[in-house]
Amino acid sequence: MKEPLISVRDLRVHFRTYAGVVHALNGVSFDLYPGEILGLVGETGCGKSVTGLALLGLVPPPGEVVGGEIRYRGQNLLSLPPAQWQALRGGKIAMIFQDPAAALNPVFTVGEQMELVIRRHRRMGRDAARRQAAEVLRSVGMPEPERILETYPHELSGGMQQRVMIAMALSCGAEVLVADEPTTALDVTIQAQILDLLVDLKRTRGLSILLITHNLGVVAETCDRVAVLYAGFIVEMGPTGAIFQAVKHPYTQGLLAAIPRPSRRGNPLQAIPGTVPDGLQPPPGCLFHPRCPFAWDRCRQERPALLEVADGHQVACHLYGGEAAR
Amino acid sequence: MTEPLVQARQLTKHYVLRGGLFSRRQVIRALHWVDLTVYPGETFGVVGESGCGKTTLGRCLLRLVEPTFGEVLFRGEDLLRLDRETLRQRRRYFQMVFQNPYLSLDPRMNVLHLVGEPLVTHTDLRGQALADRVVMLLERVGLSADHLYRYPHEFSGGQLQRIAIARALALNPLFVVLDEPTSALDVSVQAQILNLLKELQAELGLTYLFISHDLSVVQHVSDRIAVMYLGRVVEVSTTERIFYDARHPYTQALVSSTPIPDPQARRARVILQGSVPSPLNPPPGCSFHPRCAQALPLCATEEPRWVDVGDGHLVACHRVSG
Ligand SMILES: Nc1ncnc2c1ncn2[C@@H]1O[C@H](COP(=O)(O)OP(=O)(O)OP(=O)(O)O)[C@@H](O)[C@H]1O
Ligand SMILES: Nc1ncnc2c1ncn2[C@@H]1O[C@H](COP(=O)(O)OP(=O)(O)O)[C@@H](O)[C@H]1O
Ligand code: SF4
Ligand code: SF4
Ligand SMILES: [Mg+2]
Ligand SMILES: [Mg+2]
Repeated sequence: MKEPLISVRDLRVHFRTYAGVVHALNGVSFDLYPGEILGLVGETGCGKSVTGLALLGLVPPPGEVVGGEIRYRGQNLLSLPPAQWQALRGGKIAMIFQDPAAALNPVFTVGEQMELVIRRHRRMGRDAARRQAAEVLRSVGMPEPERILETYPHELSGGMQQRVMIAMALSCGAEVLVADEPTTALDVTIQAQILDLLVDLKRTRGLSILLITHNLGVVAETCDRVAVLYAGFIVEMGPTGAIFQAVKHPYTQGLLAAIPRPSRRGNPLQAIPGTVPDGLQPPPGCLFHPRCPFAWDRCRQERPALLEVADGHQVACHLYGGEAAR
Repeated sequence: MTEPLVQARQLTKHYVLRGGLFSRRQVIRALHWVDLTVYPGETFGVVGESGCGKTTLGRCLLRLVEPTFGEVLFRGEDLLRLDRETLRQRRRYFQMVFQNPYLSLDPRMNVLHLVGEPLVTHTDLRGQALADRVVMLLERVGLSADHLYRYPHEFSGGQLQRIAIARALALNPLFVVLDEPTSALDVSVQAQILNLLKELQAELGLTYLFISHDLSVVQHVSDRIAVMYLGRVVEVSTTERIFYDARHPYTQALVSSTPIPDPQARRARVILQGSVPSPLNPPPGCSFHPRCAQALPLCATEEPRWVDVGDGHLVACHRVSG
């Protein structure tokens, strides 16, 4: 097995708010390997964005990493001096967001912004940086890159802005791309273009992508592996095929049963009763127990650990503890 | 054949942007020459990408905005020609539920007020009788009397959408326009709301116009579907045909771009090039022609006519013949 590029262990993030401490991440652990797309899925507020931001050291105050490790090529980023982490961020590790317009500076042209980031990471002259910017734009499928360099962000469509963001990440030599809902704000025909681009970059450049999404269709079509987050905890993780065809965790089962599919037309969808717990008072034991149809005493007391139940397929649920686990 | 409940004829809405000092006056073709027919008891889906005119269509059908041109027949009567008072009386028969319940429900009103308001406007119900009716409506959408005196910020998105639905149902409408009613919700909550809408439809004999950009949701709920592109309807047919026998190249691309939540469902994808053009300067001829892989020279100059390819399956494309 290859060495992971990124290794997250028992990551805990708290937000100290006036209402109390929000437990955003309650011990998240996963690995991201070179040249794979790992999907991070879950419902609103489950901690997807916070996980992504934490990888770049960008958890906003009053949020704070209160425990765990984030290793990049074996090096614990959390114990790195800020300057060194800063150098990695936007260099080897880059992030793109749902709203690319907000991440681009409206008063500079695309060319000016790309030159700036390129020259921040590599020593080269303006002309060379500009040539490289044009080249990277072409490689992300942008028609007429020279003309695009002269435009301002607002002159571009959402899909093109997202391509610019991806190009910026690549131009700084990113090995890891954290993509937080990169296509959620885009139309489906444009979403298809961007997802194709991401899969292509994985194949041709060996880019590793943490793809954060709430859309299980996007996961099925692009991800090699999937991690399912619930209330700041990964409850199931495994190869995409296994998650869809041999789903184990009751929450993942519920999610998959809730999506409309052609085969279910005319029948009621299966809804998960209740609502996601708020981060202020996570329930004791299994975080999913108040909504789980299988919950029993043990579930209310003891938090299940993420255990391997099949090759590369891990589940955090007492149903699969004990004898069932290998 | 049953009588149509709602019919749009040549329905058109153009927004005029006043020219500034340096710019010309511009026209946004939000909705252009749309014909469609909705039958009682059906769910009529409307799909298309953002800005294609779905919301404008819904609002024009209910005359929440004033169309620029065309007719909206509600049981044969043209809503656009009604005087204010008659329109006010008719309004109780059609309602709209909006995408974002956080924005559509006034945060200063409690649930009794929110759901009771249409009853106060249109009926003589007051006091305890009003509260009783509101509780009945709340129970119908899965809430209860406990919620009567609470305010919007105390509810989750799914609960707020239930309140919005209760409000829409208060006057026993016949026709409800649902504009992206689950787009702001998580899938598990979306499932609850879609189930609720189906139950209510069966119980109350409602007719829905269901607007969404999410094809899998529209496929789940609709009997028939209209596909929109740049202010126009380009294809109308049964759900089955739209998904498995689409004739319009745009519909085909839209269907094949929608991700399927099944990793084994590998299929040939039509990935559209380019981006959605602006309704400010829609391309001439077939407005889809700059992105259409099958475009003919004719497509750049001439608007395609409607063709019925059988059983009311309508397509507007030069490539399609009857
Ligand atoms: N600035 C903040 N202050 C307080 N709590 C926060 C803040 N940012 C996030 N949280 C909390 O952290 C938890 C995880 O939030 P996060 O944004 O990661 O969710 P998400 O999975 O990305 O959701 P979505 O699908 O809505 O984007 C939530 O409980 C959220 O309320
Ligand atoms: N009040 C308005 N003034 C100007 N333009 C508008 C207005 N409402 C909608 N539009 C424009 O009309 C087009 C169709 O909008 P809309 O019906 O909201 O699309 P959809 O619901 O399909 O996303 C868009 O280009 C939109 O910007
Ligand atoms: S541990 Fe118990 S409550 Fe949690 S998912 Fe498994 S069965 Fe359900
Ligand atoms: S009319 Fe022409 S451009 Fe339009 S969809 Fe048909 S083939 Fe394509
Ligand atoms: Mg998020
Ligand atoms: Mg809309």
